[in-house]
Amino acid sequence: MSSLAATLLRVLPRSPPARRSPSISHARPFAAGLNVHRDAAHNTHDTPFDFTEHNYQRIRAILKRFPKNYAASAVIPLLDLAQRQNGGWLPLSAMNKVATVLSMPPIRVYEVASFYTMFNRERIGKYNVQVCTTTPCMLRGGYDILDACKSHLGIGVGADTDDGLFHLMEVECLGACVNAPMVQINDHFYEDLTPNSVKAVLTDLKNGKHPTIGPQIDRNGCEGPKGRTTLTSPPPAPYCRDLDALKPAQQK
Amino acid sequence: MALRSSFTLALRRSHCALVSYTRSLATLKSTAPKQAAAAAKPTPTPKSEEEWRVSNYSGSHGGLSDKDRIFTNLYRDGDWRLEGALKRGDWHKTKDLVQMGRDWIIDEIKASGLRGRGGAGFPSGLKYSFMPKGSPDGRPNYLVVNADESEPGTCKDREIMRSDPHKLVEGCLLVGRAMSARAAYIYIRGEFIDERRNLEVAVAEAYAKGLLGKNASGSGYDFDVYVTHGAGAYICGEETAMIESLEGKQGKPRLKPPFPANIGLYGCPTTVTNVETVAVVPTILRRGSDWFASFGRKGNAGTKLFCISGHVNNPCTVEEEMSIPLRELIDRHCGGVRGGWDNLLAIIPGGSSVQLMPKDICEDVFMDFDSLKAVGSGLGTAAVIVMDKSTDVIAAISRLSYFYKHESCGQCTPCREGTGWLWMLMERMKEGDAKVEEIDMLWEITKQIEGHTICALGDAAAWPVQGVIRHFRPEFERRIAEFQSKNVQAAV
Repeated sequence: MSSLAATLLRVLPRSPPARRSPSISHARPFAAGLNVHRDAAHNTHDTPFDFTEHNYQRIRAILKRFPKNYAASAVIPLLDLAQRQNGGWLPLSAMNKVATVLSMPPIRVYEVASFYTMFNRERIGKYNVQVCTTTPCMLRGGYDILDACKSHLGIGVGADTDDGLFHLMEVECLGACVNAPMVQINDHFYEDLTPNSVKAVLTDLKNGKHPTIGPQIDRNGCEGPKGRTTLTSPPPAPYCRDLDALKPAQQK
Repeated sequence: MALRSSFTLALRRSHCALVSYTRSLATLKSTAPKQAAAAAKPTPTPKSEEEWRVSNYSGSHGGLSDKDRIFTNLYRDGDWRLEGALKRGDWHKTKDLVQMGRDWIIDEIKASGLRGRGGAGFPSGLKYSFMPKGSPDGRPNYLVVNADESEPGTCKDREIMRSDPHKLVEGCLLVGRAMSARAAYIYIRGEFIDERRNLEVAVAEAYAKGLLGKNASGSGYDFDVYVTHGAGAYICGEETAMIESLEGKQGKPRLKPPFPANIGLYGCPTTVTNVETVAVVPTILRRGSDWFASFGRKGNAGTKLFCISGHVNNPCTVEEEMSIPLRELIDRHCGGVRGGWDNLLAIIPGGSSVQLMPKDICEDVFMDFDSLKAVGSGLGTAAVIVMDKSTDVIAAISRLSYFYKHESCGQCTPCREGTGWLWMLMERMKEGDAKVEEIDMLWEITKQIEGHTICALGDAAAWPVQGVIRHFRPEFERRIAEFQSKNVQAAV
């Protein structure tokens, strides 16, 4: 892309309103920064990228799900695969590779990669800490969790730690609202957090340990933390009414 | 000549019509405030005739017993894999159910009174019956299962997929049969990675056992189930946006018509339906439509997964009878509101897209489609978000406005621009940094968005703001007055 076009297409994060509120400190930029590509030393058209042989096998398996003339359906799974292979972010050359593999025009791949928030088109830390602050989490202290992450990691939203281990993001509802507040770090949800327990999770990750996935308190999934009120008896045995008896009625 | 004169006549007529239209518009404008004032004060229905009130109802709902639950592994007591699922009765006589045929399955779903569990509450049997029966032009039918659960407050489909995925997989086969579909695509949101893995394992197990694929479950019917995923876009939960996304494009909703039942995925007849709707179908068919219809008030049949989050003592997901009174739901399963019922401020009963309800309505309302609609809210996905008196209600709704601003796909101007305005105005309202007239302006903006967009995201962004203005307008005014008096003091 010429530098002129890059300037013209430049989309800056929207400026925040004049008065900032204490709880929502700013209008966040788009999830993965700018909507356009800027060449960087590690991210140009010429940066080498190719899928591994193992991933090519997976691509063949993915393509089997869709009709042959609609290979483009696989673009999201393939971009996801490319991002995983590349350590959590999606360079330009990977998008181009996906376009080649699926015989799509590259722009169609760029469109998709820039639309969906899970694609990081800039290099980010090894652990992508995504703190949910949408209303159900907010009510249970989601912003306290965000503040704890900020102070513990010493970075703001959208930034990386110096050691390249953590990237902090504020995200919209992740769909674990009865276990609020929660964060997603890479593939896993960590739920029922307190500022201290989220710090403990981050410390464990930093030390190469594997913190418990799911609720960080003594709680079983979506069952209430103070115990269950239903499903106290074992499930009944398999049952089906007599379908043969229904058949004559159907024939009438 | 005759043609020309009639043309002139028509032109004159249309001119006259235009003039009279302009005039009527002018009169409308002059009387508009009066009419609005009149409309604002309709004759209230006496309390004793309001059908949504629990206190006006003779029957009782709620307190579902364990033997009537569909999702028996909700709390992962058993194995979520095939072996455990078989013990719980999934895939039991599936072959016979499939062989009962398309019409029988649709009639059973219709008779059960099942309404879509994804938010809109459209009768499912009717929806499935829209699919073409044969394929005269050779196009296959598709079933798309909407597992893009992203509505704030909602976390029910997640539990189905991670702890009882076989209910969904078996449901796909039966619902697929009901609409003569060749294959089902389960579109799961990108963030649900562990859930996706469970679901993929369940599908693979079903294939290995011959329950899916060619001659699925030995029924003579060929059916495939594929799991695919998104990558973080709330809008992909809209049916046509999901189809676009499945085709490998940006998730931007399509104009309707043509409806997906005629032209959907890959240009073929498609029905998009929610995970919970599909997952309850096998149990309905096995136990009978009359069993399912025996729960809930008329027109609101069945059992439902409720997710109660926010300021309650015991937030949980629980399966309950439809039409359970809201207060009973919270007291029975969630240990009550934090600080007692009197500490309640408001409840959003059906996920972020519906209007909130103040305490006095919450006290006396059923959790079902019709009752909540009557109070200007909605059952939506039955995601109950409870707010106690410590909540800054304007901040809470403002955060939702930010959510919609963030998730608007940007295709329609009223939504793309309006959601941002709503958020900015709400942020100012939070501080009280506004004029009283701006409350009406905010209301006006919501009305300019609502109904003027391709999909329902615009409506969904407008409703929470409308709800908070409707029920908490004095709070807006108090903050504005407070802010102004502070600034006057500062100026002096």
